Amino acid sequence: MSGILNSSIGRKFAMALSALFLMIFLLQHFVINFSSVISADAFNNMSHFMGTNWLIQYVMQPVLILGVIFHFVMGFVLEIKNKKARNISYAKNNGGANSSWMSRNMIYSGLFILIFLVIHFIDFWIPEINTKYIQGDMSGLLPNGEYRYYEELVHKFAPIWRVALYCLGFVFLSLHLLHGFMSAFQSVGANNKYTQGLKGFGKAYAIIIPLGFIVIALFHHFNH
Amino acid sequence: MNLTLKIWRQKNANDKGKMVDYPISDISPDMSFLEMLDVLNEQLINKGEEPVAFDHDCREGICGMCSLYINGEAHGPDRGVTTCQLHMRMFKDGDTIYIEPFRAAAFPVIKDLVVDRSAFDRIQHAGGFISVNTSGNTIDANAIPVNKHDADDAFAAATCIGCGACVASCKNSSAMLFVGAKVSQFALLPQGQVEATDRVLNMVKQMDEEGFGNCTNTGACEVECPKGISLENIARMNREYLKASLKG
Repeated sequence: MSGILNSSIGRKFAMALSALFLMIFLLQHFVINFSSVISADAFNNMSHFMGTNWLIQYVMQPVLILGVIFHFVMGFVLEIKNKKARNISYAKNNGGANSSWMSRNMIYSGLFILIFLVIHFIDFWIPEINTKYIQGDMSGLLPNGEYRYYEELVHKFAPIWRVALYCLGFVFLSLHLLHGFMSAFQSVGANNKYTQGLKGFGKAYAIIIPLGFIVIALFHHFNH
Repeated sequence: MNLTLKIWRQKNANDKGKMVDYPISDISPDMSFLEMLDVLNEQLINKGEEPVAFDHDCREGICGMCSLYINGEAHGPDRGVTTCQLHMRMFKDGDTIYIEPFRAAAFPVIKDLVVDRSAFDRIQHAGGFISVNTSGNTIDANAIPVNKHDADDAFAAATCIGCGACVASCKNSSAMLFVGAKVSQFALLPQGQVEATDRVLNMVKQMDEEGFGNCTNTGACEVECPKGISLENIARMNREYLKASLKG
């Protein structure tokens, strides 16, 4: 077992596990966010629960942040190693003949997602941490006594430039997932009779989730 | 057919190398790609120039010796064939054809289009075998019952000829399809079980030491493989490796 992360397969496995974890997180993030389109109360209640539950705040949140950092750092480390494995490039290379654009450009879609995440953290996560842990306001309430989460969400999606930026981020997320979903399963050794079905599910996941996030951003921009 | 060939010329392993243009005329569409290169070399020799060095042996697609990255693809634009099985009818009159060696840090160029693929041999030496008593008491392999599905998969994996097209096609120069096939052909059979743990650990260790890249599951290797080796073999190797790591 020792040194498994020093092997190529071990690194692939770790990369895939972090990806699977992030995809589960993305699904729950989507479900909660989508509730804002259906019911402001439901979104407020779920957001308050997620924002104040100790297990989520002190266990799952640090694990998630570590997972994100690990996935990005390992992605860049592997990219550098892989570049070194071919010291002279081909004069002519027809990559499109044998593989998808998404699969060959995971580092670039990943890089755009990283930039998007930095913006997303500045927009939502840092103000949230500031309110709860620096100013010490764990109530989740506005001065008028109502929950603040829905109001803050609507307020954030008022400027069109932010909506456009988020939509672009979700397009890159979709491109990343179109290869990443199935790739994670292949890396953990899951290539069997269920693969074809899983491929279809992966494509649906990679399109529906980012598209749903786009719908949420557009809904709040145009409805308020 | 009249063609323009752009061929990688490199005097030796230390030479920098460059692409050189060679116009060639009156090529029959029924010629194999290697026969076309033979014609070019005859012309170069007649002119007193150095012929283009390239690998070949059986010329019937089973030895794994021929290589070449042709117009941006390993073994050229046809599917399920080696370069010796590629025919000039795949090209059009007036085409420009790029001919390059398989590129990978683990496959250094020896001369022109000839690369050193002995890294594959060293991976095989690390574990791509079974130890069988050959002192006269060898059990007939047919006496050991094997599930038909497993036997078919093992045979399919064993059709890998070790040409290196997987490495050449992979954007990461990963050798995982080759190693996956070599691990799978034994992992699927009862005879391969005794040394299964050491085999996968040692072969993967050697693969990493040779400087091949990491697989990112683009699937390019499977598409370009002249023998149609499936990505399932990489998934099986991953499972075997994780199982072996937990044991060992």
